[in-house]
Amino acid sequence: MSELLSIVVVESDRDRALQIVDSLRKAGEIEIYVIGTTTSLSREVQKRQPDVVLIDIENPSRDTLEELALASGPLERPVAMFVDQSDDGLSAAAIEAGVSAYVVDGLQPGRLKPILDAAIARFKMFERMRKELAATKQALEERKVIDRAKGMLMKAKGLSENEAYDILRKTAMGQNKRVADVADALVTAAGLLS
Amino acid sequence: MKGAPLKIGFIPLVDAAPLIIARELGFAEEEGIDLELKRSASWSALRDLLYVGQVDAAHMLAPVPVAGALGLGGAGVPLSVISVLSINGNVIGLGQELAYELRNKGHNFSFLNAKEAGKALIGSINDEFRIGVPFPFSMHAELIYYWLSEMGLPAPLGVSVRTIPPSVMVDALKAGEIDAFCVGEPWGSLSVENNVGTLLLPTCAIWKSAPEKVLATRTAWAESEPVLRDRLIRAVWRAARWLSDPSAHSLATEVLSRNEYLNVPAELIGRALSGNMVISAKGEERKIPGFVRFYEGAATFPWKSQAEWIGDRLASRNGLDRAKGREAAARTFRSDFYRAALGGTSAVLPGASSKLEGALSQPAVVTAAQGQLELEADSFFDGQIFEPSRT
Repeated sequence: MSELLSIVVVESDRDRALQIVDSLRKAGEIEIYVIGTTTSLSREVQKRQPDVVLIDIENPSRDTLEELALASGPLERPVAMFVDQSDDGLSAAAIEAGVSAYVVDGLQPGRLKPILDAAIARFKMFERMRKELAATKQALEERKVIDRAKGMLMKAKGLSENEAYDILRKTAMGQNKRVADVADALVTAAGLLS
Repeated sequence: MKGAPLKIGFIPLVDAAPLIIARELGFAEEEGIDLELKRSASWSALRDLLYVGQVDAAHMLAPVPVAGALGLGGAGVPLSVISVLSINGNVIGLGQELAYELRNKGHNFSFLNAKEAGKALIGSINDEFRIGVPFPFSMHAELIYYWLSEMGLPAPLGVSVRTIPPSVMVDALKAGEIDAFCVGEPWGSLSVENNVGTLLLPTCAIWKSAPEKVLATRTAWAESEPVLRDRLIRAVWRAARWLSDPSAHSLATEVLSRNEYLNVPAELIGRALSGNMVISAKGEERKIPGFVRFYEGAATFPWKSQAEWIGDRLASRNGLDRAKGREAAARTFRSDFYRAALGGTSAVLPGASSKLEGALSQPAVVTAAQGQLELEADSFFDGQIFEPSRT
């Protein structure tokens, strides 16, 4: 093993990969490779022989890494997520943040800690962004459905926009449902009847 | 009223049905537990979530807890199988080029006979044959090795076996990264639907009663939470019993097809549940009774002998002591927990916790703990019988 720690980061999103690389660099002097496509994952990891592979827990190709690590000798080097199994807190924090670290060879826990800390912080930030994006998208979708439902009510019953929304809101309250769900039901039902 | 919260991890597959149904049809609620189902993208990620306590229990490949007990893979956290979730349910499929080759050489794709299919396959492949399985420790891998080796093609030595997650299997076949696959439903049917694959064999044609998925927990959790553990076992058992009624299938497929679960069309899921498989894009149909089993024949009972079979195979392939491997394996299948949970219910429990594996070519009635129990056929395609160390 060379003096410099080598890390492979598996990440197809270019911006995200760059940011992870940036934060890892701050953790120390490290050789970093980024693998974007999972089809070449197996080949690349074998070629690079890194000390650590970082991969998003949501990436299904994680199982391919498991196979690689096993192939490197399951009995002499039991594959562990983390070298220091006694450090449960770190493992749990990493998993919670969505980091999967694969330690390909025996490595001092002290050398791994700053890397994981950096990766955890970065992954957490992305997790938050991902959630916010999903919430925004959902809100947009719901807005569209509510608008369509309002339009249908206005046309069918000759109501104003405010009156149409009022009906949706009251129905939702009466049924203990969200306005978006009532609107969705109306749009679906209208689609079936048309 | 909400019950005690339990986090359960699953992989989007038809055989996650007992967990999904336990939640959606209220079986968990009846037991006073509130299941929060967390979908996972890979088996290793799910196993690691279980290790660190992010989930309390998980839908798991039967060989994973056994492999861990043998020191193969994983972080060394002891896992326990508190129930089997399903028997059989995987398919072996071929890329269109290879399927064409087999047809040309006269294979009839009966989807029934493991010997004929094995002979046809081995006669049509070269040294570069690549087959995808979802995980190194899986019944997919074990049954492929068993089948090909018995047919005269030493596996895994003579073939290239690649680990490819179920949801990526169809793409890998399409991209030409593999020539064939063994995968759980609905992913085999999806390859047919996309005109990428042709199904050659269900894995039940190799072993008629292979334990496929299990419900795994950390051993420490199972021991320290007996009340929740028993409720969970019962809720899943009741869901499995509900699933065994064919009239439940259309509702079950609707529930499973939802975005948050499998997110594939209900019709594809229905094929596995009904056993009415479509094996090619031409629409050829094959009827496989018991394609996947959740209930009949004490399907969810964690037989120590099933664990021993897996332990024996893993130990022998990895150069470990086989007797010790069997023993360590048997300890992971907790028939004692299963009995404790279902003892006072209408469930018929087997008299013993271990049996000969492969001895029944037809269903047979055996003595149960109380009364009698009908076991399903469990023979291997080559007639071998596996004798566990303790019966």
